[in-house]
Amino acid sequence: MNFDDTPQEAEFRATARAWIAASAPKQYEEELRKSSLGRTQLKNANILEVAKAWQKKKADAGWACLHWPKEYGGRGSSPIERVIWQQEEGPFGQLSRMFIIGHGMCGPTMMAFAREEHKRAYLPPLASGEKVWCQLFSEPAGGSDVAGLRTRAEKDGDDWVINGQKIWTSGAHYSDYGILLTRTDPTVPKHKGLTMFFLDMKSPGVEVRPIKQASGASDFNEVYFTNVRIPDHQRLGEVGDGWNVSLTTLMNERSAIGAAVSTGFPELFEYCSSLMLDDGPAIEDRAVRSKLANWAVKASGLKYTSMRAISALSKGERPGPENSIGKLVAGSMIQDVATYALDLQGAAGVISGPEDSELAGRFQAMLLRAPGTRVEGGTDEIMRNIIAERVLGLPGDIRVDKDVPFNKIPTKGRG
Amino acid sequence: MNFDFSDDQKQLRDQARKFLTEKCSPKAVRAVLDGKAPYDKELWKGLAEMGFLGVAIPEDFGGAGAGHLELCVIAEEMGRANAPVPFSSTVYLAAEALLIAGNEAQKKKWLPAIASGEAIGTLALFEDKGNPSPKTIKLTAANGVLNGVKKPVADGAIADFALVAARTGSSGRDGDISLFIVDLKDGGVEVKSLTNLDPTRGQAEITFRDCKAELLGAAGEGWSILTQVLDRAAVLCAFEQVGGSDRALEMGRDYALDRIAFGRQIGSFQAVKHMLADMYVSATLARSNSYYGAWALSTNAAELPEAAAAARISATQAFQHCAKNNIQVHGGMGFTWEFDCHMYYRRANAMALGLGSLSYWEDQLIDRMRKKNAA
Repeated sequence: MNFDDTPQEAEFRATARAWIAASAPKQYEEELRKSSLGRTQLKNANILEVAKAWQKKKADAGWACLHWPKEYGGRGSSPIERVIWQQEEGPFGQLSRMFIIGHGMCGPTMMAFAREEHKRAYLPPLASGEKVWCQLFSEPAGGSDVAGLRTRAEKDGDDWVINGQKIWTSGAHYSDYGILLTRTDPTVPKHKGLTMFFLDMKSPGVEVRPIKQASGASDFNEVYFTNVRIPDHQRLGEVGDGWNVSLTTLMNERSAIGAAVSTGFPELFEYCSSLMLDDGPAIEDRAVRSKLANWAVKASGLKYTSMRAISALSKGERPGPENSIGKLVAGSMIQDVATYALDLQGAAGVISGPEDSELAGRFQAMLLRAPGTRVEGGTDEIMRNIIAERVLGLPGDIRVDKDVPFNKIPTKGRG
Repeated sequence: MNFDFSDDQKQLRDQARKFLTEKCSPKAVRAVLDGKAPYDKELWKGLAEMGFLGVAIPEDFGGAGAGHLELCVIAEEMGRANAPVPFSSTVYLAAEALLIAGNEAQKKKWLPAIASGEAIGTLALFEDKGNPSPKTIKLTAANGVLNGVKKPVADGAIADFALVAARTGSSGRDGDISLFIVDLKDGGVEVKSLTNLDPTRGQAEITFRDCKAELLGAAGEGWSILTQVLDRAAVLCAFEQVGGSDRALEMGRDYALDRIAFGRQIGSFQAVKHMLADMYVSATLARSNSYYGAWALSTNAAELPEAAAAARISATQAFQHCAKNNIQVHGGMGFTWEFDCHMYYRRANAMALGLGSLSYWEDQLIDRMRKKNAA
């Protein structure tokens, strides 16, 4: 049992470290290090531009999308090298956020299902960050139940005509392309009538409207499709096989091993270490210590769970299912941590403006952003279902709509 | 990076599981639970023959000379089987204290006897309510004899020898405490069994009256030795707790798959699935924290105090959580004496207190994290 690199891993790490030291935008390092959930901005620069520039620089030197094949803009690296890169990239990894969906989900789906000429044309600029992609699955009528989506695709000559609405689309407002899950046959049970495409987000009839979130920020969008035409050669997978194609996408989302999940604990521990309460330092208060200790072991538990998965990668094995707990644990933890940090501030905790609040409103921003973490990318409840069914082998839910043609499924709960 | 047990260690785990499945069935555990014997003597003998009692004891002292990682995988299996034997008292506490602080003669006398199953040892630390602290120790040592009362002492009624924390000074500092070793068969002690939460592991009160005792380690070093012993035991107990958590989770999962209510498997109801998923989460966090503890223990790393406290807290929480919700999944049947669920519930809650309770370890963890950050 050890934390040591193999000689090859050590060599890769040294090369990556040297290149990052020489190339990374160091002027933003401190700000990026201090960013936390709900607050990832740069004071004097547009973070999207900084992120694109860093991604392009990485791509030019062969450090973009490490695990992708070289011909599609990657480096052909092993999974463990990808993890080492993430460790070495450190705070600069914050700049990859806008590419997560494109690199983690759209790219792998294109690789598995697109025509060769499309892969060669579209994947390298996706890897280099010159083009940004989004994922158009969720709808007002289909969130956790994504297969309940209603956006229609109807064949018209060599094209498909798209009408409908998507929602919760991260980054649609700055995306160039998207992968789109549609319903091509409403007369068969819901999982069987779906088909996947990719499309140019600048196509006529695509309209992106930002959603103002509960936090006040706008990371997500609604996307409306009105008679949008997509050529049939941009179809991914067979007609009616969209559900299976989407599973490839979602599996890639969940296999992002070693990506650090944000728990808020380091921020809270640091805060409590310097905070003075009426009767002394917060860190010496028994109640505070008990809370901190309970979160400390969750944070360390997640960290070492991730180390176990990385070890499996290092040995060339497939990591076990342990990593599925990361988002579930971190999501509600960061919400609780933020709530407690404000509790310690008393009435002053209500002030959230960066100018007048504790730590420039860091925990206030965290609190307001936290509910989203428990919903996006699979709600806490869906994550528990996944653990129960795929890890523990418990039966799936009884699905009352399983054998019902899609157009016969009720659409209203009451009246 | 290889943050995992080696293939040999995993093989040892399989071997221990196979052995315990055969020799430590729930029926065997019940014999002790029902008071038919104070502990499972046959099993104890078998553990000695398998070399498990001395796995981390050097060969010079009659052990297998493997190491703490090997002991961790065996501990996990002991917890999974709910073994009704004084393994943690003898192996994690007594043997570790001897290894840390014993002189050559003391090690020669007791370690081979531990490895061969001839001697049961324990630690007599607590004197009543409260957590480990030099302040709580009133039992005195003077002129080589002890006077005072220790309770609870795990496995005290079946132990052959005990390590006893005694007051040898009154400065109000840690240096007031010294550690002694007492042969309980030599007289000067009165032992009384105490009814406790987990009858598969006995608890006792031991009264020392002018009892002859020998220093273990230097005078005034007792608290420092105890702290190290408790840290090591925290990691090893965490593995027992991890094993117990896994077993309780499996029992709940199996019952949820077999039991039909409202015309379907109860494991198809989300209320039940989510409860089991949360148990899996606790057990996984505990296992990962314990692995870190195992790494720190086996390399004697500077991180051990922090890692041990984290493993202790995480594994205690997981075992309590899994054991209580295992009963909940079983419903009324889980609350019967006949079903095995309560044996894990009892063990989980007894283990949560044995080395000092959660609130004590929470406090320790924060102290240790602060020390590390300051360093």
